[in-house]
Amino acid sequence: MSFDGSAGGGGRRTFFRRRKSCPFSGPNAPTIDYKDTRLLQRFISERGKIVPSRITAVSTKKQRILDRAIKRARFLGLLPYVIK
Amino acid sequence: MPYYETVFILRQDISATQVETIADSMAEVLTSDSGKISRREYWGLKTMAYRMKKNRKGHYVLFNYDAPIESVREMERLMGLHEDVLRVLTLRTDDLPEEPSVVMANRNDRGGRYGRDRSDRPRVEKKPEPRVEQKPEAAAPVAEKAAPAAEQGETQ
Repeated sequence: MSFDGSAGGGGRRTFFRRRKSCPFSGPNAPTIDYKDTRLLQRFISERGKIVPSRITAVSTKKQRILDRAIKRARFLGLLPYVIK
Repeated sequence: MPYYETVFILRQDISATQVETIADSMAEVLTSDSGKISRREYWGLKTMAYRMKKNRKGHYVLFNYDAPIESVREMERLMGLHEDVLRVLTLRTDDLPEEPSVVMANRNDRGGRYGRDRSDRPRVEKKPEPRVEQKPEAAAPVAEKAAPAAEQGETQ
């Protein structure tokens, strides 16, 4: 499927990947909770930074909520501010 | 009255019974003026992601409650003065949960994970069955020996 864009799209679009849907939208999506470190850990980088939504495909609204949850978890020492 | 959720962290050097007495005294402040606690959890001595006032670990306690803002402020003030309390986080919530939080649920999951790994093993043992089916087919042309061969296959 990922090759369709490069093969059939002609010269203009050399690379096209279908946009992934937001992991927190739709049915049986997980609820964002600052206590759920296992879930939040997937959205921080190896250094402990919050991964931008353009990479994780989280919607703007959910990214804001996720952002707040990660910062709360950091305050309580559940997640690190930096990983050295 | 609005709903709140409070998580506070206590110093690593105190005992679990001391944690309970501190938690009890804080719960009393909340319930003194018509407040109600719906969920109270002790997460145990957890390793923190970074050092807090020279502590590597801390006792985590969670409260979910319905109380007037005055008693919440009073509890936060007392926690701020308490030397054993490292950190307090109070948030307003939309509901009053009673079921165990994710932290407690994940603890139980750990046991389940190991169980899953073991349950994967028996799948390999399915191979002997097709061999039994092949034997009668090979024995079929020889009419006389076909019957005992099939019986052997079934018993095996």
